[in-house]
Amino acid sequence: MKKFMFVNRKAPYGTIYALESLEVVLIAATFDQDVSLVFVDDGVYELVKGQDTQGIGIKNHSKTYRALDGYDVEKLYVERDSMAARGLTEDDLLVDVKVLSSAEMAALMAEQDVVLGF
Amino acid sequence: MKFALLVSEGPYTHQASDTAYQFAAAAIAKGHEVMRVFFYHDGVYNATRLTEPPQDDRHIVNRWSKLKEEHGVDLVVCVAAALRRGIKDEVLAPGFRISGLGQLVDAGIKADRTVTFGD
Repeated sequence: MKKFMFVNRKAPYGTIYALESLEVVLIAATFDQDVSLVFVDDGVYELVKGQDTQGIGIKNHSKTYRALDGYDVEKLYVERDSMAARGLTEDDLLVDVKVLSSAEMAALMAEQDVVLGF
Repeated sequence: MKFALLVSEGPYTHQASDTAYQFAAAAIAKGHEVMRVFFYHDGVYNATRLTEPPQDDRHIVNRWSKLKEEHGVDLVVCVAAALRRGIKDEVLAPGFRISGLGQLVDAGIKADRTVTFGD
């Protein structure tokens, strides 16, 4: 078993990276690997509650994050500074996450076998 | 060492594809193996045989095809990403194949290092 980490750095809409990252995560979950998801920089916006995409005519994929534990993907990490810089707290997020400092995040990244950034 | 590469951007607009190719060629020249290059996001545009750059420019698509022909590098285009961008079997350049995201995860499992070339 290998440790796969998916690093999400982009806002949920505006580019396709967040959505296509989620598609890889769902596939990786079926391979019985150790999967972690990390949200840093604008990636923290992917987890914000109450997303409404009606005005932009793009599918709201945020509900999928809530379904991740059904795929045994339970390791979700958010970087503290990224969240604070955007005026967000854990209460604003739609799933339970572990909040890490950037040093803790770096240590976690160093443990991984495969790190894919989106 | 056994490498897997992920290319996340299209050709010409971004340098990612050029750098990935140069990395692959250099690794092979040093005796390493590049087991697979996986094309995702706009990276799937690296695979279309309709590409016709000006004659004095590099031909990014043909360069990949040649890497497959000469060194057997597996060139895999993500099916979901490809279909949403109009890349289908009928426009694939020689040496590319369309398959699922499982091929990316599989490459991550089998390779010693997975290297991403994106933005």
